[in-house]
Amino acid sequence: MVGTAADVSRWIRAFQAEIAEHRDRLTELDAAIGDADHGTNMDRGMRAVVAKLDGDVGYAVAGGAANSAAGEDIGSLLKTVGMTLVSTVGGASGPLYGTLFLRMATAASGRSELDAEGWAAAWAAAVAGVQARGKAEPGDKTMVDALLPACAAFAAVAGRGGSAAQGWHAAAVAARAGVKATVPMVARKGRASYLGERSAGHQDPGATSSYLLIECGAEVLGAAVARAGHGTAANQ
Amino acid sequence: MKKLINAPEDVVREELEGIALAHSDLVRVSLDPYMVVRVDAPVQGKVGLVSGGGSGHEPMHGGFVGVGMLDAACPGEIFTSPTPDQILAATKAVDGGAGVLHIVKNYTGDILNFEMGAELAREEGIEVEAVVIDDDVAVKDSLYTAGRRGVGATVLAEKLCGAAAEKGQALKEVADICRHADDFGRSMGMALTSCVTPSAGRATFELGDDEMEIGIGIHGEPGRERMKLAPAHEIVEILAGALVEDLPFRSGDDVLAFVNGLGGTPLIELYIVYRELHQFLAARGITITRNLIGSYITSLEMAGCSITLLKMDYDLTRLWDDPVKTAGLRWGA
Repeated sequence: MVGTAADVSRWIRAFQAEIAEHRDRLTELDAAIGDADHGTNMDRGMRAVVAKLDGDVGYAVAGGAANSAAGEDIGSLLKTVGMTLVSTVGGASGPLYGTLFLRMATAASGRSELDAEGWAAAWAAAVAGVQARGKAEPGDKTMVDALLPACAAFAAVAGRGGSAAQGWHAAAVAARAGVKATVPMVARKGRASYLGERSAGHQDPGATSSYLLIECGAEVLGAAVARAGHGTAANQ
Repeated sequence: MKKLINAPEDVVREELEGIALAHSDLVRVSLDPYMVVRVDAPVQGKVGLVSGGGSGHEPMHGGFVGVGMLDAACPGEIFTSPTPDQILAATKAVDGGAGVLHIVKNYTGDILNFEMGAELAREEGIEVEAVVIDDDVAVKDSLYTAGRRGVGATVLAEKLCGAAAEKGQALKEVADICRHADDFGRSMGMALTSCVTPSAGRATFELGDDEMEIGIGIHGEPGRERMKLAPAHEIVEILAGALVEDLPFRSGDDVLAFVNGLGGTPLIELYIVYRELHQFLAARGITITRNLIGSYITSLEMAGCSITLLKMDYDLTRLWDDPVKTAGLRWGA
């Protein structure tokens, strides 16, 4: 078993911890070019997500085995994440991250595990959803600038028969480069766009949180899959 | 920074509890999810009007719920959009079978959340139309920004649409009036001091004692220009000049003049602004036929004002004069 619902649950929990740790940093980035609430809003939303997962049978123990039927469906887990974010984050990030997870949920619906191709397809659906919702193009200085290169990198690894772990790591590297590339960009979407040229020189907060999401996936799912690849238990 | 609150995280909930206690004759308040709903909603056969946005702009929007104005308001956290589940719940609560109009200010978060809320409501079989208000001339409207922000014209649109819905006009007609108010309304604001969000506890932006920000947004977004503080008549010339040039308003036009305080400016100063505005417009052959003066769309404790001009005609004037009975706006009822 590789990339199971229990692994996905651990990824989401790791993302929550990462958001909590970087909350003030995200808010500072947002204060420079936006409205200084990205860290606070994402932190509130991810705490609600983890509380929701704790309340659902099968996801109760971080990293624990998924015993119930509901616990094995990655799609239903991701749907819970998406719906909770939509109802708790607010701002632009709520609908955008909500849409990301809801589209990923649809792509993973009924699946108890995802391989490299499965993840690549899920990411493609997720990023297409974010673009359709927010209507941002690459270069607009948004989360798309981290997500789109990550998605392409994952697809490239899957396309040449690489493992999911390799896909996640390639995605994280691409997302990191994508975030750095937002620094000189002039914002064309969201509140930062009102600053015009003055938005250049600042790293985009949405792209930064998107990078954290993928980086957590590389650490948790990349490792889980890598361990399975070496013949050790992935689903501990 | 001093604030009259208990705890930053309780501000919105406690404000809503206060509204519920104060205005139970006008509204019902829900705390989960947050909404302020007209006490007799849904009114059968009447178009329902829903608006919403981040808190911190009071009395907008919760103070405009009642007879002749909104049927429901969805308050978000301070300066943070409401969420789709709130918007869905409010839409369901006010649907009297004639459809529901969403009045949305042009901010990315508001747009995205109202879009998702409308999609969810349509899936439940409710007819929903949305009109986006973007009247702030301070923002260059181009492909390279999120577009003009929704400010003062929102208050006027909510009043006019509320009157039309009360008269029994259909969803499409009420939506057309909303679009008309947006098309013929223009606003611009200026700040003397910054606002302070309760969670941040410090000024959103720095402004020197001898400076002002022209074209400020209602969340403290930067404006067109930072200038040395000037007398009221020069400030009005800058703001009104930009509005008149933008539409443009011409000699012979009748207008509704809305002088709005941003939260920290006393009425005595707003009347001085109105005096200057009256003289500025009169000199250009523009007649103020209706006015609204006071703090209706605020930015917490920000000192400063905004001016909104709406070109008036016979039908709009009738709608404006119709009775309204809300916590924030009340006449004829």
